Amino acid sequence: MGIGANAASAATLDDVKAKGFVQCGVNTGLAGFAAPDAAGNWSGFDVDYCKAIAAAIFGDATKVKYTPTSAKERFPALQSGEVDVLARNTTWTINRDTALGFNFRPVNYYDGQGFMVRKGLDVKSALELSGAAVCVQTGTTTELNLADYFKANNLQYNPVVFEKLEEVNAAYDAGRCDVYTTDQSGLYSLRLTLSNPDDHIILPEIISKEPLGPAVRQGDDQWFDIVTWVHYALVQAEEFGITQANVEEMKKSANPDVQRFLGVEADSKIGTDLGLTNEWAVNVVKAVGNYGEIFDRNIGAGSPLKIERGLNALWTKGGLQYAIPVR
Amino acid sequence: MAIGVTNAPERIRSSGSIINDPQVRGIFYQALTVIILSVLIYWIVDNTVENLRRANIASGYGFLNSRAGFDVGQSLIAFSSDSSYGRALLVGFVNTLLVAVTGIITATVIGFIIGIGRLSHNWIIAKLSLAYVEVFRNIPPLLVIFFWYSGVLSILPQAREALALPFDVYLSNRGVAFPRPIAGEGAGYTLLALLIAIAASFIVARYARQRQMATGQRFPLLWTVLGLVIGLPLVTFLATGAPLSFDVPVAGKFNLTGGSVVGPEFISLFLALSFYTAAFIAEIVRAGIRGVSKGQTEAAHALGIRPALTTRLVIVPQAMRIIIPPLTSQYLNLTKNSSLAVAVGYADLVAVGGTILNQTGQSIEVVSIWLIVYLSLSLATALFMNWYNARMALVER
Repeated sequence: MGIGANAASAATLDDVKAKGFVQCGVNTGLAGFAAPDAAGNWSGFDVDYCKAIAAAIFGDATKVKYTPTSAKERFPALQSGEVDVLARNTTWTINRDTALGFNFRPVNYYDGQGFMVRKGLDVKSALELSGAAVCVQTGTTTELNLADYFKANNLQYNPVVFEKLEEVNAAYDAGRCDVYTTDQSGLYSLRLTLSNPDDHIILPEIISKEPLGPAVRQGDDQWFDIVTWVHYALVQAEEFGITQANVEEMKKSANPDVQRFLGVEADSKIGTDLGLTNEWAVNVVKAVGNYGEIFDRNIGAGSPLKIERGLNALWTKGGLQYAIPVR
Repeated sequence: MAIGVTNAPERIRSSGSIINDPQVRGIFYQALTVIILSVLIYWIVDNTVENLRRANIASGYGFLNSRAGFDVGQSLIAFSSDSSYGRALLVGFVNTLLVAVTGIITATVIGFIIGIGRLSHNWIIAKLSLAYVEVFRNIPPLLVIFFWYSGVLSILPQAREALALPFDVYLSNRGVAFPRPIAGEGAGYTLLALLIAIAASFIVARYARQRQMATGQRFPLLWTVLGLVIGLPLVTFLATGAPLSFDVPVAGKFNLTGGSVVGPEFISLFLALSFYTAAFIAEIVRAGIRGVSKGQTEAAHALGIRPALTTRLVIVPQAMRIIIPPLTSQYLNLTKNSSLAVAVGYADLVAVGGTILNQTGQSIEVVSIWLIVYLSLSLATALFMNWYNARMALVER
């Protein structure tokens, strides 16, 4: 802790261990990504990342506390140290990586911005949207892409902006605007919450790249490494075919790569170098499954959202998810 | 020491020691307070700067010149995504000012009507006014905004089935669309005529007052002024060939296009702030009128002054002295409450600032701008009202 330039920065891992839980910034409510149920239990894709980080540190996925944040609140919450990690479908941009003082590395969801409209409007393409009122959440990259896209294509529009996702939903559902724009994954999720989901279609255009991933504060490399490697461990587990169900069994695998990954190799330092136990990857997979399982359970085929893996398939299957070697 | 306090004239001499000198003590405590405050401020600023530096967060107000990149739905001044953050804040400020000024005017009008209504001898008017005050005074303003936004405006028909009102005015859940006048060549003369008429009205009013003071004769001021303000511009308008056309809203693919549109965000905020604040103003007006001694009315009647004139010339001027100070704080409240705009997505200073805060991450800078703008706005309002109060105050001779 007392070494070099980072001496002044708080060692987040020590703080987290001392208080006994990870404080995780999540969305206020986006079905499939982060939403509380009636009993106040959080679940979703981003929530599973919080649980995975807790499992890596404590071997116990329940040691998480959630801070629901709106798009506007999320950055100050992370900057001020109110949350340890922000797992809230946040787009990685150079501005956020530099001027805002955050660090991003793994992309846990490759997304892009899309448009949703009412079927009754008979719109087939985003290029037919000139003159429309567009509902959008304020302070997002979405808002900026929207302005750029309409300007580039010489289309007129009238932005209707709200701070909270729920307010944007309500306004779109009530017909205050013709078009709803956000990340396409979000549109699939939000469509389910509308009063008549079948009356709405999602247009084919994707107008931006939205690489979503967890963010941490700058200046604490150890903590940054832990959050980063939890993601790669999840992807690596999928590559190896290690699942929540067979993880204990896989420890006996003859494959040296698998043995190293699961920390059963003799004289292993696979976890201790991160400041964790060598069992950390086992604990992560045991708690939430591998990347594919998290995807399917929350937003993929096994969920009401039924989002295709697409870009988020493993690199071996034509997607972009590629684990950095764990060795 | 107890003796020293009770025995004021001898206090200084009897204490002897400089430690017990109240003047020295007073200076000491004041200096101590200033020092503690300075240290505290220094500590906060230093701590903030240090933490920002440590977290690698860029700071400073330079970002105000960068390109905003987002669009604003409601804007009175030209704004596009190519404008700067500074201009975006200006748009928000103008929007705040717009809703505050229109809200203050409407709230004052409604407040005076209801306040006088509460004193009416007509039972129904008095009770209705009472009900109004009790209902609106006891509901949080945010709920009143939601009531107008979700309860009234959002259940209006869709834009494509907008209610057509006379004069090409359309009402829908996208707001009120109305024809926008387009000034043709020579329209400036009409405006000039209006300004001349207003200036002339002031001169006539001054003359009428002096004549009445000197001779006691009354002058038909109201009709003269109306004739001037309406007649002169109208004649000019017709003489220059009626240079005015209208851009009428027509149904487009999504919305009504053309014309001017006032969105439901502004309408709901404006109505809510007006109705809410009017309830408090009504009570202030009632208290002010009640505060004028009944003897004043009786004296006026004894002098043979008619009831309407009694109210205008005797009661109201005296009531105003009681009304203005609390009225000022209601105006300030309305201005500050306008920041609730963020709940319905009206692009006021707080909403636009919030967007900028999020895009740039400059929390401290944006929050400081908010504080300074609201503080200046409130102080300016207070200054104006204090000046008006001083003008209305009783000049004792």
